[in-house]
Amino acid sequence: MDPASRPLVRLIGASRDFDVSRPWLNRVLEGAPRRLLRAVDDVSFDVRRGETLALVGESGCGKSTVARLIVGLYALSRGRIEFDGLDLAALETDAAALRRRMQMIFQDPYASLNPRWRVRDIVAEPIRVLRLADNDAAEGARVAELLRQVGLAAEDGEKYPHEFSGGQRQRISIARALCGNPEFLVCDEPTSALDVSVQAQILNLMAELQERLGLTYLFISHNLAVVLHIADRVGVMYLGRVVELAEAAQLFATPRHPYTRMLMDAIPDLEMSGKPRTPVAGEVPNPLAPPAGCAFHPRCPHANARCRTERPQLRPVAGGAAACHAVEEGRL
Amino acid sequence: MTAGAGRLRRAWNHDLAWSFRHSPVALLAAVLTLVCVGGALLAPWIAPHNPFDSATLNLSDGFTPPAWSGSGTAKYLLGTDDQGRDMLSTILYGARISLGVGLAAVLFSAVLGVSLGLLSGYLGGHLDAFIMRVADIQLSFPAILIALLIDGVARVALPPELHDQLAVYVLVLAIGVSGWVQYARTVRGSTLVEKGKEYVQAARVIGRHPLAIMLRHVLPNVTGPVLVIATIHVATAIITEATLSFLGVGVPPTQPSLGTLVRIGNNFLLSGEWWIALFPGLALVVLVLAVNLLGDWLRDALNPKLR
Amino acid sequence: MSAAPLLEVKDLRVEFPTRRGTLVAVDGISFSIAPGEVLGVVGESGAGKSLTGMAIIGLLEPPGRIAAGEIRLEGERIDHLPADRMRRIRGRRIGAIFQDPLTSLNPLYTVGEQLVETILTHLEVGHDEARRRALRLLAEVGIPAPEARIDQYPHQFSGGMRQRVVIALALCAEPRLIVADEPTTALDVSIQAQIITLLKHLAREHGTAVMLITHDMGVIAETADRVAVMYAGRLAELGPVREVLQRPRHPYTVGLMGSIPKLGAVKRHARLVQIDGAMPRLNAIPAGCAFNPRCPQRFARCTAERPEPLQVGDTRTACWLYADGPR
Repeated sequence: MDPASRPLVRLIGASRDFDVSRPWLNRVLEGAPRRLLRAVDDVSFDVRRGETLALVGESGCGKSTVARLIVGLYALSRGRIEFDGLDLAALETDAAALRRRMQMIFQDPYASLNPRWRVRDIVAEPIRVLRLADNDAAEGARVAELLRQVGLAAEDGEKYPHEFSGGQRQRISIARALCGNPEFLVCDEPTSALDVSVQAQILNLMAELQERLGLTYLFISHNLAVVLHIADRVGVMYLGRVVELAEAAQLFATPRHPYTRMLMDAIPDLEMSGKPRTPVAGEVPNPLAPPAGCAFHPRCPHANARCRTERPQLRPVAGGAAACHAVEEGRL
Repeated sequence: MTAGAGRLRRAWNHDLAWSFRHSPVALLAAVLTLVCVGGALLAPWIAPHNPFDSATLNLSDGFTPPAWSGSGTAKYLLGTDDQGRDMLSTILYGARISLGVGLAAVLFSAVLGVSLGLLSGYLGGHLDAFIMRVADIQLSFPAILIALLIDGVARVALPPELHDQLAVYVLVLAIGVSGWVQYARTVRGSTLVEKGKEYVQAARVIGRHPLAIMLRHVLPNVTGPVLVIATIHVATAIITEATLSFLGVGVPPTQPSLGTLVRIGNNFLLSGEWWIALFPGLALVVLVLAVNLLGDWLRDALNPKLR
Repeated sequence: MSAAPLLEVKDLRVEFPTRRGTLVAVDGISFSIAPGEVLGVVGESGAGKSLTGMAIIGLLEPPGRIAAGEIRLEGERIDHLPADRMRRIRGRRIGAIFQDPLTSLNPLYTVGEQLVETILTHLEVGHDEARRRALRLLAEVGIPAPEARIDQYPHQFSGGMRQRVVIALALCAEPRLIVADEPTTALDVSIQAQIITLLKHLAREHGTAVMLITHDMGVIAETADRVAVMYAGRLAELGPVREVLQRPRHPYTVGLMGSIPKLGAVKRHARLVQIDGAMPRLNAIPAGCAFNPRCPQRFARCTAERPEPLQVGDTRTACWLYADGPR
């Protein structure tokens, strides 16, 4: 495939199980079985160069696990992940070179910076590990440039993280992520811990940086309003699987999957149009014992016998793809 | 203002310094500790006599009672022992050995325990299970028994003259090995917490070596509780050393520690020469109490919940 | 407001003495809530909204203390009441709902035991009647099959159901006022909507006054009748929710509303309105208006004089822009 049009990141049937069994001794003494939690189950999607792909879903849907699989914090249980056409798992030697082209921004700005380090050391860590600077002066200049790029002052490098507010810390996190000149940023709920006015600052900054540096984002969030604002395309996850993937505008205008519709409906109405809301009953089921068939069927108003037995696959629909029998059959 | 003065001012205003200034117990403990440590360190210069210089010893001065009792002299403030050694001087020299062995043992324990705890917590898996089971097994024996065991093995393994030379080091090793578990457990627990934090994950995404993450990222964030344990452990280690010396398996009588002095004095306790056992014992109590109080204060001061 | 206010807070001031000086966390807040009304209190973290709630239910953590002002519940002053009297008011006349449903429930007792005990403590009823009431409450907060679930332990409930139990617990003694501090923040979006609807319904049905503390404007829009916007411990704007949300007057409220991504206007990479900077720390609140360093419309008076809330139409706005009548 032509390298320029080739997707930057490609997940093919990526899956990750977690062993949540009781300790060995308990299993032997109490006869408790081994238990596997399917956090991510057969997830496939492409991230195109220069775009923002968002993954959205409620807690426990596996969106953060997908992020950690891509950057290599977790190992895949099944499937494969390609970066720029190369299998990340297969390359032992070049993996480091490939990994420096992706970085991650975390959710909690209070936990993602080492409290004992000065900001300049935090930001410079990737340069030092990757040996990107020839000398201390070059490193200092780079750190100062990065800090200015994210809206901080070069002098802030001398301070410690606790001297900054949550939003400023998130800026430091972004500066560190940008330090090694990555092409791809995985952003795991980067604004969820921030107040709205600060969230707006960070979202604006991320959009600016994307434009200036040609970055590609994978943006993880539980907030559909934020996602629709920043993303080009949106993937909706439920219990470890992608249930709908579509252009942001398309998803907003015509959500296909009943779960997406429910999420859209749950967004509080700031315009106060007074439109009646029908809150969806029920909650996310226990991921250790997911329902048979479509995992959403116990909460779905459109479920029928097929939904309860046969698991729907992600199939293309106009402007995207949805995993729903009702959509496929034209019932919805 | 110069940079140095600025740093000094910051240290003075630091929460820890503030809490110290406002805790009378901590101040008292610090003064006592300073007196003990100072006396021990400066023993060769401030002690009125050199108790190990046989040339100055006079056997006829033996069993001199303290200066304030009837037959005491100002020459020997706290009296003398059976061989005419000045008690004050032997206590100062003895505290030197007690403190030295205590500190060295704690350092050894801490380095061993912190390393094993870090590895155990960060790498997890079978290594973790193995280290923690060894710790469990060791904990089912009293520390003094472990120390006695190691000392006994050393006695059998080493020729007697070599053993006498190395006695102090064997003691440090014995006490050190008997105390690592507490460090390892604490550090493992904190490491598990820190390991889950996002700054450690960020370092992993950057591609840092696990060892570098352990040393540069995790270690500085788990040292707080280690400091507290170490301070209190100094007191325990001094007592363990004294116990071993009292039992006669510690340092040789040629280099008596406080424990050895109490053991020597014990022989004369019933024949009326009470000062030979009492004063080294008192010194031991004061030293251990001061260090313990300091450790308690440090634990409270570093605990954000109690502040 | 037609009905007599159920809760009246006047010039409330909460201080935290520290060794580096006294921090003023809540500074001269006044508001009231009528029976059956939901007052939303909104603000960013550190704005003092939770502390205001804690002061009202008498659970300020020492060394925090009410330094000035008064709190009246049905006309009776309840600030500076002795601890045991306050404890009786709390639970009987004021119910509290907190963010984390897990910490509000005792894991060692069944849901029924906790409900029955609370009812017996506060109401003159027998055990059987208390249990009947507990069942009715569980049904009312939307727990399916309450007869089956009343004898279960909190850990057997899911997050959303647990928060419903907490609400039932707060309602036990039929309180006149409910203080709900971020009741939906720990829940998933779909559950949030359910809990919001429930709270609103209960306030209407029982004529209970609700003080709803949240950082989420969306929750306010869905639930509240009036809203108080707090900034750096002070009241920025207070008025009917529709008025404040759709025609915000205080520049802070304007910025806050603009910085929320709007669903209707999906415009790719359109910049959000942002308020530069961050809310000041309590030990560095600027002179004059606390918002002035971040305010795009600042003028000389803002840095010199602290604005008092001014009546502008139906809202009160603490901003010098409105000193000479509405603009």
